[in-house]
Amino acid sequence: MVYLTRKLEFSASHRYHNPALSAEENQRIFGKCNNPHGHGHNYTLEVTVAGEPDPVTGMVLDLKELKDILGREITHRMDHRFLNFEVEELKGQIPTCENIARVIWNLLEPKITKGRLHKVRLYETPDLFADCYRNGAHGA
Amino acid sequence: MNGGLKIELGRRYRFSASHRLHSESLSEEENRRVYGKCNNPHGHGHNYVVEVRVSGNMDPATGMIANLPDLDGFVEQEVIEPFDHKLLNAEVAAFREHVPTTENLCKEIYARLVRFPKAKLESVRVEETSNNAFEYAGEER
Repeated sequence: MVYLTRKLEFSASHRYHNPALSAEENQRIFGKCNNPHGHGHNYTLEVTVAGEPDPVTGMVLDLKELKDILGREITHRMDHRFLNFEVEELKGQIPTCENIARVIWNLLEPKITKGRLHKVRLYETPDLFADCYRNGAHGA
Repeated sequence: MNGGLKIELGRRYRFSASHRLHSESLSEEENRRVYGKCNNPHGHGHNYVVEVRVSGNMDPATGMIANLPDLDGFVEQEVIEPFDHKLLNAEVAAFREHVPTTENLCKEIYARLVRFPKAKLESVRVEETSNNAFEYAGEER
């Protein structure tokens, strides 16, 4: 098994706010991430695909194909967007790094048909990230 | 609850500390041979990076595995405050008995952070320099 990883960056804004909680609770739990005007990050996404290299091409999947999938599914959807309002899949969820990583996994998994999606790692800052795997999958 | 998915939260922390690699079980010559310049009696230091990964159910009210101030506060109290700007050999009890290699440092940090009450510790990765990294995930896997 070979694991290949493609990286991409996008920039987006978000706000942490749970309408079921009071203003004070939101402020206490989410701190400055609760700023009503939102704030933004430069996100870095690492997508790892596992598979056996095709005997003819030597590739698990064509990186150009992966780049196109990531462009359509992720960059087009999330880059320069306010994640709370402009990304359908995140509506009603708090756009934490964990939730965005999960949404990205669910968007990509059905689109990757050569090899299989192994891991999504989303950096919100260089010091904060979330990993998403299928339960039981480990390595790389 | 995550639809068959496992989600982990990763966070990177930094501290600077000095150490000396020297084993009481070895002779002076052997120590010099094994540890080379890391055996310098005056010690030397590194800017360490500690990467911590935790897992757990995401709280539906917050969308989080662990609230960052809780995790940050715990790591600060258990690792950063006791290790930062210290001589590890002399000032961290575990390294009076064990050589403070980064392998042992990983295990010591793991032992401290596995007590974090609000999420499950998955692994501790320590970068001693930008070229050397060590990772410890406990003994169960």
